[in-house]
Amino acid sequence: MSFETCRDVWVFIECFKGQPKNVGLELLGQGRKLADGLKQQLCAIVIGKDTKEAVLASTEYGADKIYVVEGEEYEDYSADAYGNVFQKLCEKYDPNTILVGATVNGRDLGSKIAVTLRTGLTADCTALSVDEETGNVVWERPAFGGNLYAQILCSETRPQMGTCRPGAFKKPEKTLNNKPVIINETIKTPAEKIRTQVIDFIKACEDNDIRLDEAEVIVSGGRAMKSADNFSVLKDLADVLGGTIGCSRAVVDAGWLPQSKQVGQTGSTVSPKIYFACGISGAVQHVAGMSESKTIIAINKDETAPIFEVADYCIIGDLFEVVPALTKELQERQQG
Amino acid sequence: MNIVVCVKQVPDTTEIRIDPVKNTLIRTGVPSIMNPFDKNAVETGLRLKDQYGGKVTVISMGPPQAKAVLREALSMGADDAYLVTDRAFGGSDTYATSYILSQAIRKLGPFDVILGGKQAIDGDTGQTAPSIAEHLDAARLTYVLDLKVENDKVIARRQVEEGIEIIETKLPVLCTVTKESNKPRYATIKAKLASLKAEIREITLSDLIDADVTKMGLKGSPTKVKATFTPKRNACGVTIEGNTPKELVVSLVDKLVDAKIL
Ligand SMILES: Cc1cc2nc3c(=O)[nH]c(=O)nc-3n(C[C@H](O)[C@H](O)[C@H](O)COP(=O)(O)OP(=O)(O)OC[C@H]3O[C@@H](n4cnc5c(N)ncnc54)[C@H](O)[C@@H]3O)c2cc1C
Ligand SMILES: Nc1ncnc2c1ncn2[C@@H]1O[C@H](COP(=O)(O)O)[C@@H](O)[C@H]1O
Repeated sequence: MSFETCRDVWVFIECFKGQPKNVGLELLGQGRKLADGLKQQLCAIVIGKDTKEAVLASTEYGADKIYVVEGEEYEDYSADAYGNVFQKLCEKYDPNTILVGATVNGRDLGSKIAVTLRTGLTADCTALSVDEETGNVVWERPAFGGNLYAQILCSETRPQMGTCRPGAFKKPEKTLNNKPVIINETIKTPAEKIRTQVIDFIKACEDNDIRLDEAEVIVSGGRAMKSADNFSVLKDLADVLGGTIGCSRAVVDAGWLPQSKQVGQTGSTVSPKIYFACGISGAVQHVAGMSESKTIIAINKDETAPIFEVADYCIIGDLFEVVPALTKELQERQQG
Repeated sequence: MNIVVCVKQVPDTTEIRIDPVKNTLIRTGVPSIMNPFDKNAVETGLRLKDQYGGKVTVISMGPPQAKAVLREALSMGADDAYLVTDRAFGGSDTYATSYILSQAIRKLGPFDVILGGKQAIDGDTGQTAPSIAEHLDAARLTYVLDLKVENDKVIARRQVEEGIEIIETKLPVLCTVTKESNKPRYATIKAKLASLKAEIREITLSDLIDADVTKMGLKGSPTKVKATFTPKRNACGVTIEGNTPKELVVSLVDKLVDAKIL
């Protein structure tokens, strides 16, 4: 991949069962910024068995060009098949920059492409910009549980690559009448080259349970909740706001909620519009998973709790009094 | 079954120091632990050994004090430990680290399963282990909950955002494991004492004769740290005033509405 000839910013539109995930669309917004900075085009990469929805979404969210690779072998993600597609596309079209969602599969794919192309990959970026003089993307990311931020450059190889967490960026506005160039590429990956096969799938969430990383409102509880049953207090508030509940590790350790609900360094990283921390002290490991939330509201009895250092709105009080009152107040205003 | 587990020593505290000139981490003097996910990886390795027989080798790249995590793995029941260490390896990013580890693993001989953690809590990238697989041209599965082996066929359960995938693959394979995979066993006092005396062999640059030095260390790393900074925290959040829960929540909701958050 040559420094001089490489062109364009690519965004991988990750799909699950044919549906594009939000993270790819969020990255089209960031990709647009980078592409404009580099004076290059924004391209969406769509791979799958059925790519209709992803192509439509890439169009709506502003791609200039969409590379589409369809095939039976791309129904489920596998590093081998998707990696092969990316390698072939990169060899043919020589991209400058590649953005991938920092999802389970995105991190896997990113590392696969970066090693194959012998280039740099920066994980979990939370801010992106272009140094216009050098054409390098400045990849900004947290490390050490959010205690430190680093700016990373990939200045000697191309493509320059990064992953970004779901929810780290807003989806861009939809563009009306966008007419991207659609390039259908035929790339086959022979069955013997795909070393891992998905033979079954067990859906995780119960129906109408909103996933943490996609929730717009999260009401989290900590050790102060005292029991699994008490979480109904938080669930009521979450329901009024169309959100879901989360928790600190202390809650998972106590067995009150499953690990899938844990926010933090060893749980999920979330960035909802509103994050409620109820009876959570605000240990760095917890804060690492929620500090990117747009608005943080903390309710804690202890006015010296570190959570108040990251909160936008601080309520010093007993959560068992404040949260039900808040739920009631919101219900009343919604009705009135 | 030949099992290799990659374990990393990571700083335990929030006490972070950075070399102001090279912009790399200074690890000396910071209390360290085994990366929590790597403990699960060691446990996975030991369970495979319990079930299918074989040998568990742990490997870590880092400075001499990283031997501590290797000893911990030995005390849990690993058979052999190697520290991959050399000045030439310093400053490696995930590309270079994974390359060096892949070369060290290759030197250890053919393997059936390589295990790692889903991510390291210092860098948090989750890239190193799958990259090792790529350098070795091996199949890989990330976020594995458990795996069963029948002859050379492997059935693994893999945790993705939407649920659990059941995956079929073959040996050899590299897997990274998560916290939910298992509960790591405790070492006995006796095993702990024994591990203090165990020999930990070193793998240095001179042992990796066929390896490409241009892919190692700071020079071999495609990504470079340009700058580091500590995040700004808005310690000046608004404290909501009120004498009763009702007053508090009315004030909060008013403020949220004013700020167009609600
Ligand atoms: C390697 C490592 C990784 C970790 N990863 C994570 C992670 O991913 N996520 C995570 O959350 N933690 C993580 N932790 C644990 C973390 O350090 C803390 O121990 C944990 O977050 C504490 O949970 P808590 O805030 O619920 O409990 P506590 O620290 O016990 O805080 C409880 C809080 O509730 C308040 N309180 C009590 N009663 C009431 C009441 N009635 N009303 C209002 N307030 C009340 C108290 O004042 C206190 O501040 C990790 C730790 C390590 C070492
Ligand atoms: N220096 C290292 N030595 C041994 N294993 C490592 C090292 N760095 C990373 N790993 C392995 O790769 C996994 C992911 O690390 P990371 O990509 O840094 O998040 C870890 O859980 C380890 O299993």
